[in-house]
Amino acid sequence: MSLTEINVTINGKAYAEWVEPRMLLSDFIRETCGLTGTHVGCEHGVCGACTISMDGAAVRSCLIFAVQADNREIKTVEGLACNGEMTALQKNFVECHGLQCGFCTAGILMSITDFLEKNPQPSTKEIKETLSGHLCRCTGYDGIVKAVQKTVQDNQKEVLQRS
Amino acid sequence: MKPAKFDYYRPKDLPEALSLLESSGFDGKIIAGGQSLVPIMNMRLATPECLIDINGLQDLNFIESDDHVLKIGTMTRQNTVETSQLIKDQCGLVTEAVAHIGHLQTRNRGTIGGSIVHADPSAELPLVMMALNGTLHISSEDETRSVNAEDFFLTFLTTDMMPNEMLTEVHLPIWKGRVGSSFQEIARRHGDFALVAAACQLELDAHDRISDIRLALGGVEAIPLLIGDAKELLAGERLTDAALQKVADVVAGSVEPESDLHASAAYRTQLAKVLTARVVHQAYERAKG
Repeated sequence: MSLTEINVTINGKAYAEWVEPRMLLSDFIRETCGLTGTHVGCEHGVCGACTISMDGAAVRSCLIFAVQADNREIKTVEGLACNGEMTALQKNFVECHGLQCGFCTAGILMSITDFLEKNPQPSTKEIKETLSGHLCRCTGYDGIVKAVQKTVQDNQKEVLQRS
Repeated sequence: MKPAKFDYYRPKDLPEALSLLESSGFDGKIIAGGQSLVPIMNMRLATPECLIDINGLQDLNFIESDDHVLKIGTMTRQNTVETSQLIKDQCGLVTEAVAHIGHLQTRNRGTIGGSIVHADPSAELPLVMMALNGTLHISSEDETRSVNAEDFFLTFLTTDMMPNEMLTEVHLPIWKGRVGSSFQEIARRHGDFALVAAACQLELDAHDRISDIRLALGGVEAIPLLIGDAKELLAGERLTDAALQKVADVVAGSVEPESDLHASAAYRTQLAKVLTARVVHQAYERAKG
């Protein structure tokens, strides 16, 4: 078994590990690094549960090999909160009932965080289009859409207050 | 679901990648975005012994154009293509089609070249390449050649490329004048592979008569289907309801889709007819401005 050394930064922390080339990034994050906030659902890129941020872009970690993350910067759901304080999006998921069992939540948070950075004032249609990359079997998506909409409104208010 | 073992190589430049591909013979496989390859590796439908990762080949990540040709490097991410103003201005059909590929999360990683060489019969980029008869630039260690899209796609998931060859860039013709295009598809869910997709680009003369038209459909045959008769039927004419009906009927008569779990052959034929009328009409209206 040939192993390759990789250096990856996850949530600001540097990891240097030896991995088999076939190890999926999702398994590396969960099993090697012990960051079990990232969930693994379908393992073929359909369900979106394993979505993480790599170099600032939301991607499926089950469709990337750990060796490909060498020298890359990764953020997982554990890296969203700052000093124990949840982001506005996370708080709104709680407030708007954006989750029930929570299995899909980590992936959705990572996608929407990336999405709102690139598109701070999305339409409901655009929000739903982005959520189409995630399967949620509990909520019916309604609470999730509301949580995202409320975050957009909160962010706008904050911008207005600052100006 | 874990992939089988493989050896992993990360070449630094194109010659090294092509040399690795040559030496690995039939056992080697290029990985770019991996959004089609890794799922089938996870399911062990593909078990390449040697994976050559071209993500480090930044020379293959570009979008540029001259007067007549839009050139896109094979490693350009679909999301980069989708948001490129240059592509939107010069070849809007590509921009419209790319938005239908998978989801934001897969477009962030998936590449233009990867989708084309995977050659899924209902995928968007192969259809656009066929609709515009783009040119594929292919390299092996010893040779560089180019193939037109009309000769590139052979059958399901199969192209004209040999195991020692790699797609390096795609060229698309830039149409000038009163040009309109349209891409539409029907899928069960947003982001799923299309049951049927249709792409049309046309040009009008000063009197709103169609001077050139390209029309192609995806999901109805093993490869994207070019409707060569479209030009014969519509060139020199203004678009009327009768003409639209005629071209839709010709399409319905010339497709032979298969039935599967997702849709019957009859439903796909109906979709081909309806989508043909929609894309030709929309492209025409857009060209009129």
